[in-house]
Amino acid sequence: MLELAVSSRQAAPAAVSSDIVGETRNLVYAAGGRNLVDNIDLRVSSGSLTVVMGPNGAGKSLLLRLMHGLIAPSGGQVLWGGRSMAEEIRLRQAMVFQRSVLLRRSVAANIRFVLKLRGKPAPARVDELLHEVGLAERAGQPARLLSGGEQQRLALARALAVEPQVMFMDEPTVSLDPSAIASIESIVRRVHERGVKIIFVTHDLGQARRLADDVVFLNRGRLVEHTAADRFFADPESRAARDYLAGRLVLD
Amino acid sequence: MQDFSEAFGLAFRLVFTADADLLEIILLSLRVSLSAVVIACAIGLPFGAALAIARFPGRPAVIIMLNALMGLPPVVVGLLIYLLLSNAGPLGWLELLYTPAAMIIAQTVLVTPIVAALSREVVENLYNEYAEQFRSLCLTRRQAVRALLWDARYSLLTVGLAGFGRAVAEVGAVIIVGGNIDHLTRVMTTAIALETSKGDLALALALGIVLVTIALSVNAAVMMLRMTASRYAYA
Repeated sequence: MLELAVSSRQAAPAAVSSDIVGETRNLVYAAGGRNLVDNIDLRVSSGSLTVVMGPNGAGKSLLLRLMHGLIAPSGGQVLWGGRSMAEEIRLRQAMVFQRSVLLRRSVAANIRFVLKLRGKPAPARVDELLHEVGLAERAGQPARLLSGGEQQRLALARALAVEPQVMFMDEPTVSLDPSAIASIESIVRRVHERGVKIIFVTHDLGQARRLADDVVFLNRGRLVEHTAADRFFADPESRAARDYLAGRLVLD
Repeated sequence: MQDFSEAFGLAFRLVFTADADLLEIILLSLRVSLSAVVIACAIGLPFGAALAIARFPGRPAVIIMLNALMGLPPVVVGLLIYLLLSNAGPLGWLELLYTPAAMIIAQTVLVTPIVAALSREVVENLYNEYAEQFRSLCLTRRQAVRALLWDARYSLLTVGLAGFGRAVAEVGAVIIVGGNIDHLTRVMTTAIALETSKGDLALALALGIVLVTIALSVNAAVMMLRMTASRYAYA
């Protein structure tokens, strides 16, 4: 098992207690006779912004879903703060998907929906969250008429409405233009600085360099490297990671 | 027997002069069918939505059964409700046979499977899109059903419309349990059947015109609502 190296860019955890360190033990997810996630042992600390990378089919999205408890593992365990994954843990987590799933309602109603679920339907909080992601002017518009970047910002605001301690982000900026990407990255950084643990999947090396405190590198369902971002980008340990960073076909 | 042109002339005159008998029949038809559709929606929509998100052994069999029930023959439903409500039947003490209430019950039985089966399909399509997000947000089944029904509301209007179409156009069930009694249980379809058999084509045609107009108007209204919703990306 690889211990997480502490990065100099690590933010001080303010709202998150150190007991919500996530851990996977011998995590396996099998389908069609293959281990799509293969015996992964991983520990992530509460204060770092963890970026998960790897070629297509490496198991990045599956790992996120397993860690968030959206799917049940075929073997092994997911632990948060030393406890097995349970609904009360998931209630303190949120996920932003690659393709934002917005309700067929107005922008504000999408936020209100989550706040009501959590029993806190305060209109001021809706405004606050929309303001935070720069959508206050769009509150009354149908969510599905927003641009791709705006939809992802709304998805982010909705995730924040949960007041998560851990936020999973599965390639949230894929196919967005540079300004939309910059806007989302800036929100992600702010949220992280407030002490929310973020686990972020991306294929974008530039984005990973900008955001990551530590990098989890997967290949063919296996954990190949988990190391501080600076070290990963400067001197990756595995050949697979070196090939990936160099834009070569990752074979092993 | 009147000739066609005379029959059409009389029919339009009945419609445009708002003939009292004609109005009474139309209003009763609408009361019975709309009541049946409202009750069927109250039962069928939550049932269909719950079935859309539930996973249990035998679910495919339930769906097949529900889909099959959409094709229930109205005369068979009429007969079953008749047996239930007749004096010798288990619900005979309610004394509902040959009343509008009996007709509402019969049409509700006919329409509920349609509403449930179609809403199951609509809601399941939407749920496939929302499922992961709902799991992530830890929604209970009840919360998921309510959210899905609300978000599918414009598509579900079409479901309600299909139910209304079935109810307002059927004759087999209401004629058995209602008896087609003048000024009491005579609705448009039973009146059309009776007047045609008597050779009084004017009233039959007038009712036919109204029936088709109602069907077209309701369809047009629902279509317009859906188009407006699509324009604003709520559908």
